[in-house]
Order: sequence, then C-alpha cells, then structure tokens
Amino acid sequence: MLNEVVPSAFDFGSLALALFAGAIRIGTPFLFVSLGECLTEKAGRVNLGLEGILVCGAMTGYAVSLQTGSPWIGVLGAGISGLVLGAFHGLVCSLRGVNDIAFGIALMVFGTGLAFYLGTPYIQPQAPTLPAFALGDWSTNSQLRNALEINVLFLVGVVLAGLLHWGMASTRWGLVLRLVGDHAETARALGYRLIPVRVTATAAGGFLAAVGGAYLSLYYPGSWNEGLSSGQGLMAVALVIFARWRPWRCLFAALLFGAAGALGPALQSLGITSGYYLFNAAPYVLTLVIMVITCRPDRTISGAPGELSLTR
Amino acid sequence: MRIFLLRLTAKMLPALPTLCAIAGALLMFVVFLALQGKPALEACQLIYVGAFGSGFAWENTLQRAAPLMLTALCVAIPARTGLIIIGGEGAVALGGLACAVIPMMLPAAFPATPALLLMATAALVAGGAWIALAGWLRQYRGVNETISSLLLAYIALALFNHMVEGPLRHPESLNKPSTPPLPEEYLIGSLPGLDVHWGLFWGVLACIAMYVLVRHGVFGFSMSVVGGNVRAARLVGLPVNRIVLMACLLGGGAAGLAGMMEVAAIHGSANSALLAGYGYSGILVAFAARHNPLAIIACALVIGGIESSGSLLQRRLDLPGATTLVLQGLLFINLLAWESLTGWLGVWRLRLLETTRNPNRAVHA
Repeated sequence: MLNEVVPSAFDFGSLALALFAGAIRIGTPFLFVSLGECLTEKAGRVNLGLEGILVCGAMTGYAVSLQTGSPWIGVLGAGISGLVLGAFHGLVCSLRGVNDIAFGIALMVFGTGLAFYLGTPYIQPQAPTLPAFALGDWSTNSQLRNALEINVLFLVGVVLAGLLHWGMASTRWGLVLRLVGDHAETARALGYRLIPVRVTATAAGGFLAAVGGAYLSLYYPGSWNEGLSSGQGLMAVALVIFARWRPWRCLFAALLFGAAGALGPALQSLGITSGYYLFNAAPYVLTLVIMVITCRPDRTISGAPGELSLTR
Repeated sequence: MRIFLLRLTAKMLPALPTLCAIAGALLMFVVFLALQGKPALEACQLIYVGAFGSGFAWENTLQRAAPLMLTALCVAIPARTGLIIIGGEGAVALGGLACAVIPMMLPAAFPATPALLLMATAALVAGGAWIALAGWLRQYRGVNETISSLLLAYIALALFNHMVEGPLRHPESLNKPSTPPLPEEYLIGSLPGLDVHWGLFWGVLACIAMYVLVRHGVFGFSMSVVGGNVRAARLVGLPVNRIVLMACLLGGGAAGLAGMMEVAAIHGSANSALLAGYGYSGILVAFAARHNPLAIIACALVIGGIESSGSLLQRRLDLPGATTLVLQGLLFINLLAWESLTGWLGVWRLRLLETTRNPNRAVHA
C-alpha cells in the first residue's frame, strides 16, 4: 500500500526543509519545558506535573491574550499561572512523606482539568497571536520563506538556554542550586536551606513550562483546544536525561525532538498518508530509544543530580 | 466506655489521611465553584445523584467502575514492587485490539466459549507484555518505568489508531473507523437482573484474587519485600527481576482484560471510543486505594460515580464537561498531600493506647 502513494522521485529536499522548519517550530515548546524541567531537577526534584502546567499555561496565555489584546501579556499571564502551580508542587513536596513523582501525576490531572474547565469559553474565539521574524524574505522559494519564519519566543529560548548554562556553571546562585540537588547534606552543613531553593527552582521551572504552553496556543498551532498538548511536558523529563542536565544541550535535544515531531506532518504534505499515526509516534519512539541508550541499570547516569529520585 | 472509644479511635487512625483528603477535596471544590458564583452545594448534590441517586445512575456507575478496577490493578500490582506505572491506557488499547483481531482468525461457526477464552488470553498477553516491557526496560536497562510506560502507551495508541484506520478497518465503517464487528455470539452479555455487563464480575473477581495473592500468597509477600527494600530482597536471594516482571505482567494483563471487556461487551468492535481514558483514571483509583486491591473496588465505584455524573452537571447546571476532572484532580492532590500525616499517625496511636492503659494519667509528651 505504501508503494502506491510514494511518488517516483521522492523530494528529499522538501522533506529536509520541512524537518528543519519543524525542528524550530515544534521544538520551541520542548525547549522551554525542558529548560524548566532541567532547572527543577537540578534542585533535586522531578516535576511530572509540568504537563499539566503546560496545558494550563496554554489556556491562560490564550485567555489573557484574548482579553487584553496583547499576546505578550498573555505569555506573562501564562508564566504566572505556571509559577503558582510550580510553587504549589514545590511546597507540597516539601511535606514529609509526599512522593514528588506521584504528586506530579496528580498535578498533571489537576492542571489539565483546570485548563479544560476554565478554557471551555475560549475554544471558539480567535486571540491575537505572537509575531514572528520573517528571515527568509530574500528567497523566492515559498517553502524556504515559510521555514525561516522564526518566532521571537524561540530566540528568547535560545538566549535563555545560554543564560541558564552560564548561570548554573559560574554564579553563586547556580552553585547553591546544584549543591542542593547534588548533595543535600553538604548544602545543609554549609548553612543553606533546602526547601526555599527547591521551591524557587520548581516555581521557576513551572514558569518556563507555562511559557512553552503559551507558545502552543499563541503561535503554533495557534489556537486553544483540549487536544493541544501531546505529552510535551512528560517527554521533557526524558529530554533532560538525554541532555544530561545541561541547559545548552537541552536546546539541541529540543530541536531533535521537534524534527521528529515534524516527520508525520511533513510526510503527509508530501503525499504519504498511509502510515500517518505511526510517523506521528516518531518522537515517542525516539525518546524511548534515547533513554535505552543513555540509561544503565548498574550505575547512575553521568551528570545526574545526586538527590534525584528519578535515577536512583 | 471511654477506653473503648479511645481504642476504636486508635484502630481507625490509619483512615484519617483519606478522610481528611476527601473533606479537603470537597471543600476546595465547593470554594472553587462558589468563587465563580456557581451553585456549589447543588453541584455536590447532583454529583451524588448522578452517581448513586437512582437505579439507572448505579448501573451507569457500575458500568464505568468495571474497567477502572482492572486498570487500577495495572498501577497497584507493579506498585507493590515499587514501580510507578502510568501507561495503562496503552495496555487497554492493545487488549481491545487483540480481542477484536482473534475472531477474524477463527473459522466460521467456532463455538463461543473457547473463542471468548482465546480473546481473553490474547488481551491478557497483549496488555501484560506491553507493561512487562516497561518493567524489563527498568530492570535490565535502567530506564525509569514511569516515563517509559507512558511513552509505550503513546506508541500503543498510535499502533491502535493505525491498525483501526488502516489494515484492520472494516470497509463499512465510514464515519467512525472500526475493526469488523464481533460476531453476535461472541459478545459479552449482562449480569442476570442488571443492565451491567459481566466485566464487573470479572473486575471484582480480579481485585479479590489479587488481594488474596498480595496479602496471603508467598509471591505477594516477596513482591512487598522487593517494593520495601530491593537490597534486602537480593540479600535473601529473591529473584527480584523475575518478581518485578511478573507483577508488571499481572497488572498489564488486567488492563488488557479491561480493553477486551469494553470491546466485547460495549462497543462490539475496536474503535477510538475504546480510548476513553480508563487507563488514566485507573491511576487515581489505585493511589486512592493506596494500592490495596480490595480497596480498589470501593474507590473505582467512587471515581466511576464521579465520572458518570458529569453529564448531569452539564445538563442541569450548565457546567463544563471538565468539572468532574477538576474534582478528580483535587481529590488526587489532597490524597497525596495528606499522606504526610502518616508519619504522625504512629505517635498519636501510641499516645492513645497509652491513655487506655493509664486512664487517669493522660500522657502529655
């Protein structure tokens, strides 16, 4: 069946271009969520609730943008909603006996439910969306121009990845964060308090994840509906493992995942429709393969924060 | 009398976090609705009416509770060995698919009982193998099982959609792609005197069987040892990997069976209606039951009831369909947050018992 629809001369150039465009377009939310998860995990906690925060951020961003007419206030509103939910995760997980992974699942259910509930009136109307830089105006190829239409948030994300990389490596604040995540006993012995650091990191991580959600609803695909997220918040956890907890590598991992996510739609636009669902599962297969390659049962992964329950 | 009351309180203390959680969730839910000027108390009442208010509501609730019991086992059984598996939805999909495929391969007029047995076996194997794969990846490759099970679930859903809309699609299912309908005689009927299918019976039976296994079986005990302390389990020579895989196989098999019941009793063929989120709701049920298979039966009734009351809330109060999802989220959050009381319970219990021994000299320490 597959052979019938493949054109005789398969257009690899178009496919490569579509994958490149997709890497940036679909990879941007991955970038923000993975940076958020990276920050959280560096402090020694896992927040699976980023999935719920992302959906909540998408709804909030869209709603605020619609009400105020400014997509940027929408992004800020989304970030604040994520900050609140992230701080909530951080605070509750500071209680004794609360498992951060399990609570993340609960937050995922709650955040999604809240977003679906409050977002019901926003499914129809069209909110103002985020602007993009048209970097491809010099070209006459419409596909290339389309691919080089790069959203501002992507550039913000790139800067942020570099900033976080530098901040974690060479600032006092970054060192405290890493110490708390790597060896809580030492941090305590040096007089640092664990809970405020962890709550701050989780809240900041929530902020970033929600901004990633706002990108989904305000740029690509660019509307709010209940099927908006396809598990980006959860895949971010795997992505961070792949990036070995380095913000800079999160950027490349996000681009890779974006390209994998673009495979299905790209092939569809080239006329290959038969394996649509299977190609759309490419990011999940890729995540799984990457995790199988990077993880080992007998030792923890290099670069993993020592206090992380995920990799013990 | 006072001593009896104190002893009773000491006995009931372990239920305290759950009670606090239910009260906290309801309170938050009421405040959430009241803040928007919605009739909060009426909504709570309607949830009760929609879940358990009439014979029809009960049947609806039981219908939903049946698969939830099985999908909750998919979380609870691996959890006994310390794994958090959240990919039950994938096992449901594959179980349903396997059940729909078997009749296509059987000769015409194959007797119903062995056919149903074959369908159930196929569903058990398909679901079990999928979850066991997550367990295997954890034990032998060190991949975190929470993430891998969810990724596997996404992959399973993609496979399911691909098969249902592609190679296995029935040519007559135009608007709603489905596999060919099951032959009439292979459908699972209703329980006698009830409008609820036999899946409920099998769900309850599976929960009871797992309870007996977990509480009274040697295998159940070794699962608890592995879950409690892996190093201790290895020291006493337990085959840890095999036990974990077996637990995943059992749990995944249960979820696969849930998919088979849904297909053979309700939908009549495998189609996207099967993916109604039973696998995800099962996570909440299992956590609410604290991974106790017997408590799962009760918790599945409550969650099934909440879910089935959604349409009533929508019709009567014009609330969004996600209202019940918010309540479930609040319930989940509260259940885990109040868990932090568990550390204090032992202390309080000791104090209460101390008071019963020296009733005249209450201990203040």
